[in-house]
Amino acid sequence: MGLRSEPTAASAALTLRHVTKRFDGASGQVTALEDITLEVREGEFLAIVGPSGCGKSTLLSLLAGLEHTNEGTINLGDQPVEAPGRDRLVMFQQDALFPWLNVLENVLFGLRLKPDLTEAERIESARYYLNLVGLGDKERARPHELSGGMRQRVALARSLAPNPRVLLMDEPFSALDALTREQLYGDLQGIFTKRKKTIVLVTHNIREAVCLGDRVVLFSPNPGKVQQVFDIGLPRPRRLNDPALASLAAEVTEALTSHPAK
Amino acid sequence: MASKLPRPVIPTLVAILLVGGWEWYVRSGRVSEVLFPAPSHVLRWFWDSLLSGELLSATWVTMRRLVIGFAIGAALGVPLGALCARVRWVRDTLGVLALGLQTLPSVCWVPLALLWFGIREEAVLFVVVMGTLWAVVLAVQESVLNVPPLYLRAAQTMGSKSWHLWSRVIFPAALPGVLSGMKQGWAFAWRSLMAAEIFVVIVTGFGLGSLLNAGRELLRMDQVMGVMAVVMLVGLLADLVFFAPFERWLRRSRGLER
Ligand SMILES: Nc1ncnc2c1ncn2[C@@H]1O[C@H](COP(=O)(O)OP(=O)(O)OP(=O)(O)O)[C@@H](O)[C@H]1O
Ligand SMILES: [Mg+2]
Repeated sequence: MGLRSEPTAASAALTLRHVTKRFDGASGQVTALEDITLEVREGEFLAIVGPSGCGKSTLLSLLAGLEHTNEGTINLGDQPVEAPGRDRLVMFQQDALFPWLNVLENVLFGLRLKPDLTEAERIESARYYLNLVGLGDKERARPHELSGGMRQRVALARSLAPNPRVLLMDEPFSALDALTREQLYGDLQGIFTKRKKTIVLVTHNIREAVCLGDRVVLFSPNPGKVQQVFDIGLPRPRRLNDPALASLAAEVTEALTSHPAK
Repeated sequence: MASKLPRPVIPTLVAILLVGGWEWYVRSGRVSEVLFPAPSHVLRWFWDSLLSGELLSATWVTMRRLVIGFAIGAALGVPLGALCARVRWVRDTLGVLALGLQTLPSVCWVPLALLWFGIREEAVLFVVVMGTLWAVVLAVQESVLNVPPLYLRAAQTMGSKSWHLWSRVIFPAALPGVLSGMKQGWAFAWRSLMAAEIFVVIVTGFGLGSLLNAGRELLRMDQVMGVMAVVMLVGLLADLVFFAPFERWLRRSRGLER
């Protein structure tokens, strides 16, 4: 894919207009998202935080084209999002590794769907990302032979390797230990600045959101709505224990807890 | 105490006891040797028919029918099952039909097969195919419908669709279920073939079933029992040589082993 050609800095990669999503569940109709209007800018790292059940995963599914809105529109550039596509890769909340493939083949899965690469380039790239997540020595293992955290790291490598234009990540670091997590924050920021990606990251961890996001969007539940948007102007690379970061995180936490519980 | 013995010891002892008792009972003259041959007679028949080539040629004829019929049934069943899973109205028609036909013992097809194809090879094959097909269709349909949606979603966002999605994701994910369907299809095919061969003298080949039936007509119970043993052995062997290793490999490589 290489670098993208449209350089207009402030152009929107993803635009949501008045998006509402309802589910017909076993316990009646649930409004997962209500009237969401949001813009993800080209080359922006957007972090979404909010309490459990406020529709964060649903939002990613909509952006990915895996689900359809009940009301409102979602555009990628100037095209409406209608179906899943290689340009919007999702890293799911549960690692969705394929049990019939080994670790390397799992990472190669997305790469093999990119026609303009040779097989040698694909393997090289897969190994590069596996090393990045610290699993270079596990490429022959099957997913069931790995720990939960390792599986999540493979899933991370699998979603980074094809270098998609937009990366949608659903709590990618939740099963990791603090050390690996902080190291991956650094790596992800590196990849983000180097490759000029657009990333939407969902997380429960407010510090993580502030550490990684250019903006942090706070959702409120029942039904899922945008409560507040925070601009994080801190220079990159950011360190998790930077005091400025900590005070911003406190601000977001304050806003989160001040929301009247329902 | 008993747990100290190696595991095969007790079954071997029981087998020796049973066979020995049977041999002794028949030799003691309490039953007619014609109706109830001793193990040694059955073994002698086995050895003679092996030397004369009769047994091997019958086994060959039967195996050929079984393999060809099973292959046709599976080759038709896999795409039809996939279609049932994929298309709603096919599932509501063909899928339901398969459900009904699967409960029909495939011997029931013998009269029709004979009318349609005559006393020929095709008639036997047809019965075997009918035995295999519906089990495979249903197994494939079920296992495709049970592929976890998460795999599909993950694959789709990586750009996989249509044929790629089927061959690289849906089919591998459904494989364990498809395999157990095949196994069931194989068992059904085996039963239906025996029934067909015993029922009908098929001029185009003398299979194990025909051999068994001939034994009945000649009042050669040693032959009848011998063929029964061979039929059992072939069934066991197919499972041991083909299905079991494949199944074990599948389970182990996916961490499904308990
Ligand atoms: N397929 C579905 N069918 C019915 N209801 C659904 C479905 N998917 C999500 N929901 C409902 O929509 C709401 C939002 O779910 P979602 O998974 O988006 O939450 P979330 O913000 O990602 O939560 P978490 O932080 O726990 O992952 C929940 O109330 C959930 O029950
Ligand atoms: Mg979620």
